[in-house]
Amino acid sequence: MRKNIKKHNFMSSTEARDAWLMMAPALIVLLVIAVYPIIRTFWLSMHEMMLTDPSSGYPYIGFKNYFNILKDKKAIEAILFTLKFTATTVSFELIIGYAAALIMNKAFRGKGLVRAAILIPWAIPTSVSALMWKFIYNDQYGLFNDVLYRLGVIHSYKAWLSTSGGSFMALVITDVWKTAPYMALLILAGLQMISEDLYEAAKIDGAGVIKRFIYITLPIAKNTVIVALLFRTLDAFRVFDLISVMTGGANRTESIAVYSYKNLMKFLDFGYGSALAVLIFIVVFIISLIYMRFLGNKLTDMEG
Amino acid sequence: MSKNKKNDIPKIIIFYAFVSLFVGIIVLPFFWQFMTSIKPLSEIAAMPAKWIPSYVQVQFYINVFTKHPFHRYLLNSFIVAVTTTLLSILIGASAAYALARLRFKGKKFMLMAILSISMFPTIATLSPIYLLLKQLHLINKYAGLIIPYITFALPLAIWLLTNFFSQLPKGFEEAAEIDGCSRLGIFFRIMLPLIKPAIFSVALIVFINAWNEYIYALTFMTNDLMRTVPVGIALFPSNYELPWGDMAAGSIVVTVPLIIMVLIFQKKIIAGLTTGGIKE
Repeated sequence: MRKNIKKHNFMSSTEARDAWLMMAPALIVLLVIAVYPIIRTFWLSMHEMMLTDPSSGYPYIGFKNYFNILKDKKAIEAILFTLKFTATTVSFELIIGYAAALIMNKAFRGKGLVRAAILIPWAIPTSVSALMWKFIYNDQYGLFNDVLYRLGVIHSYKAWLSTSGGSFMALVITDVWKTAPYMALLILAGLQMISEDLYEAAKIDGAGVIKRFIYITLPIAKNTVIVALLFRTLDAFRVFDLISVMTGGANRTESIAVYSYKNLMKFLDFGYGSALAVLIFIVVFIISLIYMRFLGNKLTDMEG
Repeated sequence: MSKNKKNDIPKIIIFYAFVSLFVGIIVLPFFWQFMTSIKPLSEIAAMPAKWIPSYVQVQFYINVFTKHPFHRYLLNSFIVAVTTTLLSILIGASAAYALARLRFKGKKFMLMAILSISMFPTIATLSPIYLLLKQLHLINKYAGLIIPYITFALPLAIWLLTNFFSQLPKGFEEAAEIDGCSRLGIFFRIMLPLIKPAIFSVALIVFINAWNEYIYALTFMTNDLMRTVPVGIALFPSNYELPWGDMAAGSIVVTVPLIIMVLIFQKKIIAGLTTGGIKE
């Protein structure tokens, strides 16, 4: 759509006005229920606000809540745990998701079935998948011990969810199980943009499987992969449901979101809890800005 | 894969082995959960684990609806998720149309703003929304959950619909303009009918997101009779017991409709998910 082609008529002169009118209801709603609360969270994080002590008058204390995060050993531990969890799950999801996407990009019998199966972990509530896996990890009658024992990997049943390492592994497996399939779908969409002809031409030129992968698949799928990666990263960084249901943060598996929630709704410390929530918001916001840079072309296209 | 040359056969076998392993790992937890839900109580605690029960019993399914207000959880989830979906599409469709097809200054900024709002972590808006709902006496009310759900559902709906609108070929509007249609007429009479299948895709995705939400539901619905499914089921365990059988039966009850939905509408869901590269 070039602007100079467009004739000046009644319609185009009112175009911008109509656009804003059509967006107005949505914008007003979002301002009231999304933008205002975020600003208010910032505001709360600058106050001392114990809901149990309204007589304090909730005084303004500047950045003190943020300095307290640095001094709080549990908060630092939660931050480190979240980083470790994010890095581990996202790497596994990428590798498995990519492999699965390469498989699904081939034409084979039963492909439709695989695609449907892949959507199921995505569609069920995280709390339900957390419960399912929690039972699988059960120390006495769980499936996990049973399978590993039968395969000879372990020689006695283990209480996976009662150690720090076991809990971490359990959380990672469950998260990867739930989201790697979704990652596969996103990457598959990127792979499908590559035309078959390109591979055929390369084949005729004598390029082997590995060469074709490095010189054709990787460069074209790169952007899709980065977008999928960023999306999963910001999702993993705010992990809450899974941990809350599966371990409750026990055995040093407390994520920042879980710790923030505890401060807010259990200790009713709205100032400090909000400061922790702002921290998550800022990290997620930065990741989403990078994400949008990679979606840049798409956004510009829509600008028309 | 279709050629049946002799040297291809081992390759095909390895390929299918991989595919089966992959699908097997996805399906195994459901299979196990289903078996647990129909096992007699004594066999749940069998060591070594008994994969196939010696007889089928439905006691856990009865427990789900008699020991817990599970029908209420289902009803609550349904009311909240459906209302959230309808409202977000109703408010979101015209905004998406404007963002995708009309020209105005600041469009890129608006797109970015909406996309970034859709990524707001729920925990980051939890405290002010909680205080607000308390003030308005909306804790334990449907509206008290639907309003916060709009915060993620509306931007998600707008973003996905914008993607679909912008995929429609150019020129529809010009033709209609010549015929003397007004802007609203174009939107309601031409664009909306054209985008109908996409609206359905978007509705499915928004619905599933709302149905599965956990943090807001956990915080704003504290009365057991007002809980939604994801929270209600997670709170089955009491101080005295871990009712694995009930939890298994409960999760089968929630999962089966979702699985059927996914099987029927998989093409639509995938179209929606991959158009915006968005959202778990």
